[in-house]
Amino acid sequence: MHEVDMTKCLILSMEEWAEKKNKEKIIVEKINLKIGEFTCVEPISLINTFNAAVLGSWLDSSEITIETIPFEGKCSKCNRSYFPKKENGYKSPCCNFNLEEIISGRELKIASIDFKEK
Amino acid sequence: MHLPISDKIELNILHQNSHQAEKNKVKFNNYNLLCLNIMSSPGAGKTRLLEITLEDLSIEFQSAVLEGDMTTNLDAARLEKLNIPVVPITTGRACHLDANMVSGGLKLLEKKINPHILDILLVENVGNLVCPAEFEIGEHFKVALLSITEGEDKPLKYPIMFREADLILITKVDLLPHLNFDINELKSNISSTNPKADVIEISSITKSGFDLWKKWISKKIMKFKK
Repeated sequence: MHEVDMTKCLILSMEEWAEKKNKEKIIVEKINLKIGEFTCVEPISLINTFNAAVLGSWLDSSEITIETIPFEGKCSKCNRSYFPKKENGYKSPCCNFNLEEIISGRELKIASIDFKEK
Repeated sequence: MHLPISDKIELNILHQNSHQAEKNKVKFNNYNLLCLNIMSSPGAGKTRLLEITLEDLSIEFQSAVLEGDMTTNLDAARLEKLNIPVVPITTGRACHLDANMVSGGLKLLEKKINPHILDILLVENVGNLVCPAEFEIGEHFKVALLSITEGEDKPLKYPIMFREADLILITKVDLLPHLNFDINELKSNISSTNPKADVIEISSITKSGFDLWKKWISKKIMKFKK
């Protein structure tokens, strides 16, 4: 259900961005997102929610693309990076240390917007 | 028609919420008011925790509550009996409080009371282990409750919530003798997900752990007000 609210935030951000570009004179083709694996967002749900929410609006013809950013941590003992797994309690496979530092995977970003001028 | 242009903006999807959350925090700071965001699944014992906590805490500190609920004012009605300012926030379909809702709640609170006289604002979020974790409200600290009836694996299944929490309260520990529950496994799962979180075991029936929880709050208020 939170994808609805994420979509709302995304549309508000797009409105804010478009205000600076003169919304009437542009067509947004793609909204390119970066979504980390260690977030509460399900990419397919976000795309479906967005498509339903923008029907008939100025974003109707725009497409969402999502680049998934891997969940990566850093072992606080040996400083090696690793991909934490739930099955392993997110511990580092090298030293079996708890997950202290997250390098990536918390991203919820609009990376770029592809648009055309009418 | 012109050629497509790519505008690289690298903007947080939730930046509007984060922006409002920052504004809320500035307001809390100006009021010298510590704000805690209390989160858990439904039925983990948030409202009962607040009832017991506020009975004692209100003697020492001026407190108020913003009470998030999807459809009813039942929890707010319970807390109003403690004669402290309570503002219900009914979220409708939304399964979490966001920064705008809290801003609205704060405006209603300002009509009831001068927030300058308050020491602490407890915000009871909507019962949910997923969404509230991603939506900041301007809080100074996040407190997550996890009742032992929910199972040892929840920190691993809902890692964002427990990773984000500054304090994790393990609730309903009076039920331990009656359940096949391994509290050490739960604690190990909490440490794996969030080694930096403070952890307190608590029971609203026996009141065990409440002294530690109140100490934790007092310490945070005193440090904040310095």
